[in-house]
Amino acid sequence: MNNVTPRLPKLALGPVLYYWPRETLLAFYEQMSASPVDIICLGETVCAKRRSLNIDDWLDLAERLTAAGKEVVLSTMALLGAESELKALRRWCANGRFMVEANDMSAVHLLSGQAPFALGTGINIYNDHTLRFLADLGARRWILPVELSRVALAEIQAQRPAGMETEVFVYGRLPLAYSARCFTARYHNLPKDDCQYRCLNDPEGLTVSSREGQAFLTLNGIQTQSAQTCNLLAELAELRALGVDVLRISPQAEGTERVIATFAAALRGECAPGEAAATLNADLPYGACNGYWQGQAGLQQIAGC
Amino acid sequence: MTYPAASTPTSLELVCPAGNLPSLKAAIDHGADAVYIGFRDDTNARHFPGLNFDAKTAAQGVEYAHRRNRRVFVALNTFPQPSGWERWRTAVDRAAELGVDAIIAADISVLDYACRQHPQLPLHLSVQGSATNYEAIRFYHEHFGIRRVVLPRVLALPQVRHVLEHSPVALEVFGFGGLCIMVEGRCLLSSYVTGESPNMCGVCSPAKAVRWQETPQGLETRLNGLLIDRHAPGEPAGYPTLCKGRFTVGEQAYYAIEEPTSLNTLELLPELCAMGIAAIKIEGRQRSPAYVSQVTQVWRTAIDACRRHPTGYAPKPEWQQALGKVSEGQQTTLGAYHRHWQ
Repeated sequence: MNNVTPRLPKLALGPVLYYWPRETLLAFYEQMSASPVDIICLGETVCAKRRSLNIDDWLDLAERLTAAGKEVVLSTMALLGAESELKALRRWCANGRFMVEANDMSAVHLLSGQAPFALGTGINIYNDHTLRFLADLGARRWILPVELSRVALAEIQAQRPAGMETEVFVYGRLPLAYSARCFTARYHNLPKDDCQYRCLNDPEGLTVSSREGQAFLTLNGIQTQSAQTCNLLAELAELRALGVDVLRISPQAEGTERVIATFAAALRGECAPGEAAATLNADLPYGACNGYWQGQAGLQQIAGC
Repeated sequence: MTYPAASTPTSLELVCPAGNLPSLKAAIDHGADAVYIGFRDDTNARHFPGLNFDAKTAAQGVEYAHRRNRRVFVALNTFPQPSGWERWRTAVDRAAELGVDAIIAADISVLDYACRQHPQLPLHLSVQGSATNYEAIRFYHEHFGIRRVVLPRVLALPQVRHVLEHSPVALEVFGFGGLCIMVEGRCLLSSYVTGESPNMCGVCSPAKAVRWQETPQGLETRLNGLLIDRHAPGEPAGYPTLCKGRFTVGEQAYYAIEEPTSLNTLELLPELCAMGIAAIKIEGRQRSPAYVSQVTQVWRTAIDACRRHPTGYAPKPEWQQALGKVSEGQQTTLGAYHRHWQ
C-alpha cells in the first residue's frame, strides 16, 4: 500500500455525433475552449455526407483549441465503405500533429506502428488480451465498450498494459448501433442518396418510443443511440478507485457546459457526486440510465448502494 | 507476421447453417458445400437453449461432412470478457482437435490465440468482426492470416465489388435469411433493452425476455416489458426482434428501423458469381432442419443453374415461392445490396 493519491481523471469531450450547422459547431467549440474540459475529440464520426467543416477547418479548429490549452484528438468515422471515405481517413490518420482516435479497424490498420493512437467507442475491446495486442501496435488510450460493466472493467484494469490510459463514457446518449440505412431519411420517406440533410433539423436526433409512449432510442442518421442519457457521475468514487484516467462527456445541443462544470466541480470535491448527478438527471427529457455499468439492461437506472 | 494472399476462388461455395446434427445432415444431404456450427455455450452468436453441438455430436457432424467431402466451420464469434476467456480458449482447442476446416472468429484475442496455437487451422473473419472495407480486412489478414472474411450486411453491390478488388482474402456474403439491419458486431440494441447482446452473450432479443399477450387491442409482443409490436386480429405476428418492431417517431407509428423481412439475393447470383465471390452464406442456425433442407435445396439448384448458364439465369418463381414460405413475415428484400433500400 502506498499513500499516493491517484491522479484526478481528466475530462474529455467526445466528438459531436449530430449534424449541426457550421456556425453552431464553431460557436460550440468556442464555448468549450473556455470550459474546464481537458481533452476534445474533433471530427465527423457518423456520416460522411455531413460536411459543416472540411478537414482543413477541423485542423484549424484543432490548432485553436490546442492554443487554448486543450489536448485535441481526431476521431475517425465508424462505418466506412466508399473509397472517398478511406481517402479522407488516410489523410486524417497521417496528420502528423494530433493523436487519432480509431473507430474502425481500418483506422487501427493505418495507424499501427505509425503513431500513438486512441481506441474509440467503435472498437470492440472486451478483454485484456485484445487490449494488449493493440497496445503493442501503438494504442495508448482505450474506451470501455458502453455495454460492459464495472466488473468487466475491473478485470481488464487488473491486466492493463503499461502506459495505457483508460477512458469511460460517463455522460450522454449512448452510441448503440450503426447501419447502412439512414433512419432519419427513412422517417422522412426519403432515399438515403437524396436525404436533403434532414438531420440538420434534429440537433439531438429523433426520439423513438414504443406505442405505449415509452421512449427508448434516438435516431441520428445511420447511428442509433439511447433515448436515455447515461450518467455515471454518481459512480465517481468507483471510477477513480478503478484507475480510470479519462471521463468522456458526449456533446448535446443543450446543457453541455453545465454538465462539464458539474463533473469538474465534483472532481474538485466541491459538490457531492450523487446529489450533483440527481440535479443533472432532473432535467433530462427521457431520464438517466446506468444499467450497463451495473451489469444490467442498459436502459435501467439503478439507485446507488 | 505476414502471410501470402489466399488464392482467389472462382466458385460460389454454399455455406449452410446447422444448429444441430439433424440440420447438419439435412444441409449436407441437400447440397451444402460447407456447414457452420457452434458449441453449446456463449462462444458463438446463436447461443440459444437446446441448440448447438456438444463434443459427441460435433465429432459425428464433422465425420458425416468429411465422408462426403464437405467442409465444417465452427463459429466462435462472440467477444470474451476476461472472466470467460478460458471458455473461448478451450473452444478454439476443441475445434482444432475436431479437425474442422475453419474457425469463424471476430475478437482479436480469439484470432490471436488460434493463429499462434493452431497455425494450420484456417481462420475466417466473422461478420461480427464488422469489416466493411479492405483496410480493415488487411488488418486481420496481416496479423492473423485470415483466409476469408464474411461481409456485414450493409454494403451495396458496387461496394462489395470494390472491397473484393482490393481485398487480400476471399469474400463470403450473406445470401439468404434473417436480416441484420445494423453492422454486425456493433449493435447493442438488444443489451440496451434486455441486458444480453450478440457480442457479450451470443443472443439478440433473447427468448427468455419475450412475452406474448392477448389483449383487447390485439396480440402484444414484449421484450423485457417493452412493447415491440401489437398485432390486429388475423395479422401475422413474428418473433419480436427488437429492430423489427413498430414504434413511434414524431406522429408516425411504423417500422422505424426495419420491417420483419428476410434477405434474399437469389436474383443477384450471376453478378456475385461473375465478381468472384467465394461463398454464399445462408443464415439460420436457430431454424429447423426442414428450413435448412428447403433453403439449401433451392440455393444448390440456383447456384448450379447459374454456373451452367450465367447469362440465361433467372430465379424461377417456384424457388422464390419456396424461400418466401420460410421467410420472416413471408417477405424478402435485397437489403443493402440494393442501394434504394438504404
